[in-house]
Amino acid sequence: MALADKDRIFTNLYGMQDWRLAAAQRRGNWDGTKGILEKGRDWIIEEMKSSGLRGRGGAGFPTGMKWSFMPKQASERPHYLVVNADESEPGTCKDRDIIRHDPQTLIEGCLIAGFAMGAHAGYIYIRGEYYNESVVLEAAIQEAYDAGLIGKNACGSGWDFDLYVHRGAGAYICGEETALIESLEGKKGMPRLKPPFPAAVGLYGCPTTVNNVETIAVVPTILRRGAAWFAGFGRPKNSGTKVFCIQGHVNKPCNVEEEMSIPMRELIERHAGGVRGGWDNLLCVIPGGSSTPLLPKHICDDVLMDFDALREHKSGLGTAGVIVMDKSTDIVRAIARLSRFYKHESCGQCTPCREGMGWVSRMMDRMVEGRADVEEIDVLEEVTRRIEGHTICALADGGVWPVQGLIRHFRPVMEARIAEYKAKHARPSMPMAAE
Amino acid sequence: MSVEQPTHFAFDAESEAQISKVLARYPEAKKASAAIPLLYVVQRQMGRTTGSAWVPNVAMDEIAKRLGVAPIRVYEVATFYFMFNMKPIGKHHLQLCGTTPCMLRGSDDVMRACHDAAHVKVGQTSSDGLFTLTEVECLGACVNAPVLQVDDDYYEDLDYDRTVALIEALKRGERPKPGSTIGRQTSAPEGGPLTLLDVAGE
Repeated sequence: MALADKDRIFTNLYGMQDWRLAAAQRRGNWDGTKGILEKGRDWIIEEMKSSGLRGRGGAGFPTGMKWSFMPKQASERPHYLVVNADESEPGTCKDRDIIRHDPQTLIEGCLIAGFAMGAHAGYIYIRGEYYNESVVLEAAIQEAYDAGLIGKNACGSGWDFDLYVHRGAGAYICGEETALIESLEGKKGMPRLKPPFPAAVGLYGCPTTVNNVETIAVVPTILRRGAAWFAGFGRPKNSGTKVFCIQGHVNKPCNVEEEMSIPMRELIERHAGGVRGGWDNLLCVIPGGSSTPLLPKHICDDVLMDFDALREHKSGLGTAGVIVMDKSTDIVRAIARLSRFYKHESCGQCTPCREGMGWVSRMMDRMVEGRADVEEIDVLEEVTRRIEGHTICALADGGVWPVQGLIRHFRPVMEARIAEYKAKHARPSMPMAAE
Repeated sequence: MSVEQPTHFAFDAESEAQISKVLARYPEAKKASAAIPLLYVVQRQMGRTTGSAWVPNVAMDEIAKRLGVAPIRVYEVATFYFMFNMKPIGKHHLQLCGTTPCMLRGSDDVMRACHDAAHVKVGQTSSDGLFTLTEVECLGACVNAPVLQVDDDYYEDLDYDRTVALIEALKRGERPKPGSTIGRQTSAPEGGPLTLLDVAGE
């Protein structure tokens, strides 16, 4: 039941073909875009709603609904579309492929989304490290301008639409939509309190919608082939196709576009050559980028890769970065390294995160050694609960969930580590007299 | 740690051309948006003219003047983001990803190779001035882990030996082709794509 090539949206995901406009048009990009725009804003938003598309940046919010939050009436304040290409969640490298190999899917999506939300301008905020990707993207945008596809009277639709690239500079927090807006305004990337939501007060105080690259890039194909086509993949409320990034201890790591709700085991074995040493050598999988709690093998055996199935197991689909770990993994160290990541990336605005991420990271470093007491596992768990939900944005939540997942599923490993350390460092007992 | 700061900075012609392009992207009243882009312009000019891509204080003052903001606004942006070097660096910036996806695929070995071949420790610049080594967080190329970013380019699917070979080539003044070091087609599985074999186009 694997997805057929004819149903893949990103037909140049691997860059086998040219990324330039002429080749992209031969692949079907920009086919009948004017006709789509002529159907009107309401039709587009309704079609997006019935496609069931949920945001591909991690949170999974319904895209059509998000767009409908933008004010219907134009005012003096311009509307903005902002595309989140800050792709920094460990385990995630899908938007990079879209940008460098299939950029016209994104650019066409920007025009359509911008039109649907009344925006005459869009900014693509791309992470600073993707320098070469940003060069391709800027060139692709220039090609679209030169061909009259965007800019004044885009595609002959009568709608003016300008699109710009803005590079970030190495801050994970800027993937949070309000931090991204702050950063785009030339400030430190510190998240804003919500409400007001960006649809009311966003970039430069104007109505703004922030969407992930993949979310925007699938829009043109959905509207060309119909909402029903897209909704036909995956389970209800988990519709569509999705780019998965399969990595870690698999034989052949890769990105692949597959149907939502594909069983995890099938995904790994069909596309990534299976787990190193065979499925029985699997220890656990982080299913959706670093913020989603790990799942031990017995859950991986039959779990489906979609929002709801993974949520039932207290994890999530996130960005669909599938991090596979086999039995050789030091699982405590693997999670401790993630704690270090969140400590490094905390913006420092909220106390529970600024202090908490550092505390959790130091505690996890001790857990790696086993230099702790068993009761401290409970203290650690308790502290993560006090951090969670007490900050402006979700960075701290994402920072403590991996630790909670570790404790939930691998507490015996942590306890054994502590016992081992204690045994090694026990005070030498009184030397026994030779018998 | 004190850094020897230059006393003067002026944008050169190439930078001025970039600045006009950058400023055209934002509404005139919102040109403060150009803080990050202009910091990049400075860092590149420093790399181009001095061989060390970093951002001196006088240059940040210059940016502040251009954008009509207080200098502190530029300083705080420059220090908040990780990609601006606040002190001089070597000719090549080795940025090794050490986050879990790369760690699982052997970034420890790549780190060892950087120590051995570039003779540099994390946060330091080699005595020959060729290399600065930084451990960075996830670079977003996880299916090609482990990844080492050299200046603007990603080198992927590395191991100890291939990292040593890469660094030796850089020492000889060569610039190996970026991307997978085992000949993979970008993010496709090793051995060639299993999907997208039947698509329209070329």
